[in-house]
Amino acid sequence: MESSFGCWRRGLVLMPFATCLFLLCAVVPVCDAAAGEEDIWGVSNSSSQNTEGQEQNNSGLPIVTFRWNHVQTPFLVSVWIIVGCLAKMVFELNHRVTNIFPESGLLILIGFVLGGIVWGADKKATFALQPTTFFYYLLPQIILDAGYCMPNKLFFSNMGAILVYAVIGTCWNAGAVGISLWGCYEGGAMGHLEIGFLQFLLFGSLLSAVDPVAVIAVFEEVHVNEVLFILVFGESLLNDGVTVVLYNVCDAFVSLGAAKINAAEIIKGIISFFVVAFGGALVGVIFAIILCLLTRCTKNIQIIEAGFIFVISYLSYLTAEMLSLSAIMAITFCGVCSQKYINVNMDERSVNTVRYAMKVFANGSETMIFVFLGISAIDPAIWVWNTGFILLTLLFVFVYRIMGVFFLTWFLNKTRLVPVETIEQVIMSYGGLRGGVAYALATVLDPVKIKEKNLMLCTTFLVIYFTVVLQGVTMKPLVKWLKVKRSAQSELKLIEKLNNRTFEHTLCAVEDICGRIGDNWWIRGWNRFEQKWICRYLMKPSARKSQDYLFGVFHQLNLEDAVNYVSEGERRGSLAFMRSEDAASVDFKKKFGTDMSDIMPDIMVNTDFNGLDVSMSSVTRESVPSVSLEIHENDTKNLRNNNDVNVHHLLQQHLYKSRKHHRHKYSRSHFSINQSEDEVQEIFQRTMRSRLESFKSAKMGVAPAKKISKHPQKDRQQKMSNGKSLDKSKAHPYGDEDFEFSDGNSASGGEAATYQTPYATRSGIVNRAFMPEMDTPPTMRTPPWLSQAETDGSVAPSQRAQRSLPWSPSNIRRLAPLRISNRSTDSFIMADVVKPPENPEDRNSRRDET
Amino acid sequence: MGSRGSTLSKIPNVDKLMQETGFSQAHIIRLHDRFRALDNDEKGYLCPQDFEAIKELAMNPIGDRIIGAFFAQGPQQETVDFNSFVKVLAHFRPTDKNRPKESTSPDPINSRTNKLKFAFQLYDQDKDGKISRDELLQVLRAMLEMQVTEEQLESITDRTIQESDTDRDNAISFEEFRKSLDKVNIEHKMSIRFLR
Repeated sequence: MESSFGCWRRGLVLMPFATCLFLLCAVVPVCDAAAGEEDIWGVSNSSSQNTEGQEQNNSGLPIVTFRWNHVQTPFLVSVWIIVGCLAKMVFELNHRVTNIFPESGLLILIGFVLGGIVWGADKKATFALQPTTFFYYLLPQIILDAGYCMPNKLFFSNMGAILVYAVIGTCWNAGAVGISLWGCYEGGAMGHLEIGFLQFLLFGSLLSAVDPVAVIAVFEEVHVNEVLFILVFGESLLNDGVTVVLYNVCDAFVSLGAAKINAAEIIKGIISFFVVAFGGALVGVIFAIILCLLTRCTKNIQIIEAGFIFVISYLSYLTAEMLSLSAIMAITFCGVCSQKYINVNMDERSVNTVRYAMKVFANGSETMIFVFLGISAIDPAIWVWNTGFILLTLLFVFVYRIMGVFFLTWFLNKTRLVPVETIEQVIMSYGGLRGGVAYALATVLDPVKIKEKNLMLCTTFLVIYFTVVLQGVTMKPLVKWLKVKRSAQSELKLIEKLNNRTFEHTLCAVEDICGRIGDNWWIRGWNRFEQKWICRYLMKPSARKSQDYLFGVFHQLNLEDAVNYVSEGERRGSLAFMRSEDAASVDFKKKFGTDMSDIMPDIMVNTDFNGLDVSMSSVTRESVPSVSLEIHENDTKNLRNNNDVNVHHLLQQHLYKSRKHHRHKYSRSHFSINQSEDEVQEIFQRTMRSRLESFKSAKMGVAPAKKISKHPQKDRQQKMSNGKSLDKSKAHPYGDEDFEFSDGNSASGGEAATYQTPYATRSGIVNRAFMPEMDTPPTMRTPPWLSQAETDGSVAPSQRAQRSLPWSPSNIRRLAPLRISNRSTDSFIMADVVKPPENPEDRNSRRDET
Repeated sequence: MGSRGSTLSKIPNVDKLMQETGFSQAHIIRLHDRFRALDNDEKGYLCPQDFEAIKELAMNPIGDRIIGAFFAQGPQQETVDFNSFVKVLAHFRPTDKNRPKESTSPDPINSRTNKLKFAFQLYDQDKDGKISRDELLQVLRAMLEMQVTEEQLESITDRTIQESDTDRDNAISFEEFRKSLDKVNIEHKMSIRFLR
């Protein structure tokens, strides 16, 4: 531990150099690849410098110059990325193809075509996947994505099995394939080859890796049950590391030469194997801790905190590589260990950014890898045929995988609570797909030490094609045919999560009663340790408070509801459907007080609201921090038809159209969208002013610019007093209305609440957010004598504009009312309290009427 | 082997017990050892205090409910003898697929339904066949401890009930409970490995 820490510190110092070095390494192979491109473009690399200079001398100042060499490398890289992504796009157009044929296989085939084109134009293999490019630029993000999105609980609870498969299984594969090939060679099955025993072992070890990229690509489409998936996937992830280690050890043995290998070297090799593999994991964990600590304090630089994830993880990869530890293990564990903490530490938007960006990178490089696996094969130089060698390799790889899986599973099943079934074992062994790692390792082979490198490379290609294409294609039918348990796609349910929690506690208790230290005991011990120590150091205090899983589920469900709610509203044209009184039935699942606790929800939905007075509604409105929304689609549908003509008309006429919803302030460090309440206020007041002016002009006798035919407020008043109020409302002094303008903000909420009560039969809600404000129900069509005479109708639109801004922050806040921390809950309540529930003016007017 | 035989002979109806619970001889002996270890003063039965003496169990948020489950099997039992002790524990035996079907016809103790019933009674403390809102709230309160406020707890409770409450009586009956957990792999999640 001490020493590795020292190494790590030294590593930090060396980091800039290392990074530069790696950059160089990356550029060189791509340049190499690009060098061949010259012929196509007709630009000669060596002479271009001179010619450019001459040109400038000859013709003075050139207006434009063609400077291919300046942009060659990045240009080619970009073009290839585009080509790869386009290829993916093309066959994703038709899902029927990808249903039968896995994407990875298709990409390889497209790679063949592209490689053929290049070869046809160039007469040589210009582009090939370079191992450096693969290991430093394509692989890390895929592994990181896999680690970061790993279902942690499942992974760690199956950790033992995964490790057994990954370590013992891989060693078995490597050893058995190598030794059997050597045996066959000695037996004379493949003629004369310049391959010794150690070279066979080396070859076996490079072929032993089950490739995570290929596995994810294939298994993601078949949806096997989660335990099976995590076994195959976890194995493929970890055994990459193991393979690389094994390969390095064998490689060292090969360069050492058979003669010098003695027992001590072998023991050193074994030790180095474990040190490299677990050291890599340790580096990953250390970097994960750094990452968590970093995200604890990135509150003020939210815009770049997502970047940390990528850079730190990549650094863990490079550091491990530098220390000659397993880089794949490092980045895997970096992702796995940090995911939980960084997800709560970071802002929600950053989390989304990370997730998305990670998928983009991983999917992109996965595409590139498969395309290049195809392209790289179009090179006659590497195709050396040796029937015996190739066929036997294919056979051994296939057979030993099956044997290994069955033997290890038999062993593991003795201790597993849920045994791995035979069918699942078949799928596991059939899912032993080889891929990019094997290829990259085969290209790294030193042709000086291994004379038959090309044969090995070509065999590796064939193994990859055989497993990825053939097994990949047949995997889905096989899974169907064998009736492998699929993963049950179930929606998120609170009760399930709650019960899972109960079960955990129950199992712990039962283990205690049995006096047995079992899995549950360990899990509980770990959870306590994590709660007590790890969370304290790695999590933000604020995040720690609310990190309970059940609550998280609850929060998520509510968010989902809110999103559904909004999109439902959008689908119907506006959120007005929620406010239109018959339609809205928002259940207050929240109880409002002890005495109300039983009747409230039912009353809200079913019964008339006549008896309940305004004060209650305003009280409940403010005291309820959390509301569960439920959209009753059926209720709304039939009633909608009656309303929507009316509503649409109203909206069209009166809805204030704000100039811009999103005001982007140009800032690199902040990204905020129109969040200030002031802005809404401002818009409102500005509208008010203009309305007032038009109203004044109307009062002066000048015809209003736009005649507004409906005036809900008046309608309501009229209806309320059963026609009596007609005179009164006419007599209502306009001056008072003026006053209302200036105080429109408070009026809007209170007024609606006031007027709502008499019509509560149709309302069912008192939530301010869904106030049944001014959508005049069809029964209340404006009497003809009002529609012409009422000039003060211009009041309504502005109020409507103010109230019905569906995206104003105050409304949105209400949709997701349950905030995580106490503080924000308070602020939510505050937000409601701020607005006075009733307008004094309104009260007066009501008193007048009664 | 002698000690094994003697242990078994001390247990009344051991064959019937083994057949009912599906435990092997080795299981029974191990459980019997544990039973005697829990039984402090060699009473031959356990009372709630014996369970409460287990330290970890006392810290378990729903530990008292689980202890209660041991005493809830018979009518108003105050004590648990070895047979009922084993029978309760048998709920947590993993379901084995290899077992011939005909012997499972009387529905073994570790069947899915019985596991679910066990879980259900952990909630349903007043034994009216329904998980009421208050009962659920109590469980949640115990399990979520101080991480959430009381109001949030109540919202979670309501939401949970609402999810599974099909007949809208604001309580979860066993049938509703079973239905809402249809997709959950109870056989795995309510099983532990017993040492042979």
